[in-house]
Amino acid sequence: MQPDRTPATIPADARRRFLDALRRVLPEGTLLTEAEELHPYECDGLSAYRQVPMAVALPDTLAQLQQVVRICHHHDIPVVARGAGTGLSGGAYPLEDGIILSLARFNRILDIDPANRLATVEPGVRNLAISEAAEPHGLYYAPDPSSQIACSIGGNVAENSGGVHCLKYGLTVNNVRQVKIVTADGELVTLGSETFDGPGYDLLALINGSEGMLGIIVEITVLLRPRATRTTVLLAPFDDIARAGDAVAAIIAAGVVPAGLEMMDKLTLEAAEAFVHAGYPTDAEALLICELDGSDIDVDAETAAVTKILRDAGASDIRVADDAAERARFWAGRKAAFPAVGRIAPDYYCMDGTIPRRHLGKVLERIGKLSGQYGLTVGNVFHAGDGNLHPLILFDANQPGELEKAERLGGDILEACIEVGGTITGEHGVGIEKLDQMCSQFDSAELTQFHAVKAAFDPKGILNPGKGVPTLHRCAEFGMMHVHHGELPFPELPRF
Amino acid sequence: MQNNDIEKQLQEQVKDAAAAGEPLRIRGGDSRAFLGRAVEAPRTLDTRDHSGIVLYEPSELAITVRGGTPLRVLIDALAAEHQELPFEPPAFGGESTIGGAVASGLAGPRRPWNGAVRDALLGVKLVNGKGEVLQFGGQVMKNVAGYDLSRPMAGAHGTLGLLLEVSLKLKPLPPASVTLVREEDKRAALETMRQLYQRPGNLSGVAWVDGLLHLRLEGYPEAIEARAAELGGERLDDAAGFWRSLNNQTHPFFAGDTPLWRLVVKPASGDIDPPGKELIDWIGGQRWIRSDEIPQALRRLAASHGGHATRFRGTTEIDSPFHPLEPGLMALHRNLKRALDPQGLFNPGRMYEGL
Repeated sequence: MQPDRTPATIPADARRRFLDALRRVLPEGTLLTEAEELHPYECDGLSAYRQVPMAVALPDTLAQLQQVVRICHHHDIPVVARGAGTGLSGGAYPLEDGIILSLARFNRILDIDPANRLATVEPGVRNLAISEAAEPHGLYYAPDPSSQIACSIGGNVAENSGGVHCLKYGLTVNNVRQVKIVTADGELVTLGSETFDGPGYDLLALINGSEGMLGIIVEITVLLRPRATRTTVLLAPFDDIARAGDAVAAIIAAGVVPAGLEMMDKLTLEAAEAFVHAGYPTDAEALLICELDGSDIDVDAETAAVTKILRDAGASDIRVADDAAERARFWAGRKAAFPAVGRIAPDYYCMDGTIPRRHLGKVLERIGKLSGQYGLTVGNVFHAGDGNLHPLILFDANQPGELEKAERLGGDILEACIEVGGTITGEHGVGIEKLDQMCSQFDSAELTQFHAVKAAFDPKGILNPGKGVPTLHRCAEFGMMHVHHGELPFPELPRF
Repeated sequence: MQNNDIEKQLQEQVKDAAAAGEPLRIRGGDSRAFLGRAVEAPRTLDTRDHSGIVLYEPSELAITVRGGTPLRVLIDALAAEHQELPFEPPAFGGESTIGGAVASGLAGPRRPWNGAVRDALLGVKLVNGKGEVLQFGGQVMKNVAGYDLSRPMAGAHGTLGLLLEVSLKLKPLPPASVTLVREEDKRAALETMRQLYQRPGNLSGVAWVDGLLHLRLEGYPEAIEARAAELGGERLDDAAGFWRSLNNQTHPFFAGDTPLWRLVVKPASGDIDPPGKELIDWIGGQRWIRSDEIPQALRRLAASHGGHATRFRGTTEIDSPFHPLEPGLMALHRNLKRALDPQGLFNPGRMYEGL
């Protein structure tokens, strides 16, 4: 997995002139160029792939940041923006002929406006820190990716991050009101508005999930929500995973929109139980975690309705957590599912497909077959409410060829998601990781349209180039290895 | 329902227009034609024969529907499954289509609690200015593959592409709904709104007009009964009729020829002291104003409260009914327009000169 571009060879004197220009605008110690300083930036959460960048810039002020971008624009040097570096798709993977622009020092909460339920923050602020700052007002920021103690809000916007409460409260894009960006040529532009809508095109929606390829996010205003009066979490074990899937559809069909609805299979629930002792029943084949929130009466009514549905669907021993400590324990296993699986295998590779919920049974069966074919174990964690599936492929990177095998299995799983009308990534982004699968999800006209949109924002192509959207050339090569549904993709492209 | 697929014909019309270099005015029910600038185009493309539901599985809380489908037909089909569109689109007389409802980006009284059109828009199938049929997003709630070219179609007034199909997130119909009416002067009502906005609790509409504060409560019957007892006020008999008259602008406030302005401001802005009669919706976030005041004054007023002003109806001389954009933002608009519609075929000038 590599960015879809050929790195430029930069002559030594051009490189020196570029770095000198950066030094003139950056304070002492905020431009890193030595190998040992660059080392911590060589990968993000997709740590199987590493690359040392030419330099790392850590500006302190917006004016410095704009100057850095202008210098890169002038010298045609790629800029890879980086928040906390927790992304899972290589969005912040460095380019050898480019710089990492770290937003780490932009870490201030600028304003909490409880009356308008807004928080204005810099991009380096941690996701959870926003809710902590809003807490005294009875407000919180809803999107909660599992990495929320570490991930930054700027990265959340760049990836349009999800979490476990998306069905009811939306993704990042639904909870961000305004974003200030620095464009590829260093200009500051405000997208969206602090109000319920803004004039003109919804460029705010476009910047969400654009993976640092359309602009550098430098300030974000998010919507805060009032904390529900009461929250309850139900734990429902099933002895058959398909029945658990049916229960999910039945809950939605009954008109209940849970705050969270998660499913874990046997492998992941056992691993989580062994890791954090959440009290999960390890004899179950699947576990549903259902969170309900609202007023006391709302929660009572929904708890009664959901309990009946779960029981009718075959849940054996439903447990209800009403107090904060027990709720936290029920969630702890789910939130720790990835590291828990990390304890039972030398390495794991996390996929991120989304499917229409009704196809869950079919897709799980397919994953089971693929797992057998490749000889690699796969555990499944599922944001069941919104159809976002995280198969975790267990492997050992020290065994020659096993990483590649895991990646091929992962690719096949994503193809299965596309086949049922889903997508290759629900919340982790494309980055460098899923460039090949983009060729399966989109045709050449759609990919060409994406490139035109990129060029509309960044004509010189300096912002995180080679990520997110594959070239037609790459897709043609991928297609030659991988014939989809017996058809050769991109038939209109010349072959060689 | 009329199920009619004329995708190929629509695509051909765009290709022909592209070959001839002749712009197109896109029309559905033409019920929103009064919004925006007049479109000067030699050709008209009518979407109304492209109609019907493509895919609707109620348990997925999502639907895919063709752009020319009448809004009324769609709303009835959803109601039959006890579901509805979260953004409560207005209908201004005539036969509004879902394509027009999405393209105009207007949301009803439920907006502060259930989101805007763009929040429900999960995917689109469109024809771009090169006559290519492209698909972005889909029916799933979470989808971050490629740039999000679906949501920007909401509120683009058809200037970025021809909407063939839209995929929308749905919500269950509430089990019960009650509207309370309290006599409150404007300042008191705004203070009530300010307090309610910061607390949770079953609201789905808060509007003030003619000295009356209207509070719509939705949810389980016991829950809204309890909440209604807390809030107090008279129960409105024809509550659905009231909210519809607000949304569809058939309420007497909207009658007459005085220009109608829509100011979107931060909800807790308080009394913005507008130069004319005012109807307050969206728990303080949307202010409808009848005023002959010059556009610049209303725009300054909206901007001073963090928002923007649109001249909704009326005949004042004006560059564009929409709020002017900063030069840097306008440059991005022009570039995006060119990326999707290089020849400027679709609804040229509908929003702003040159877009």
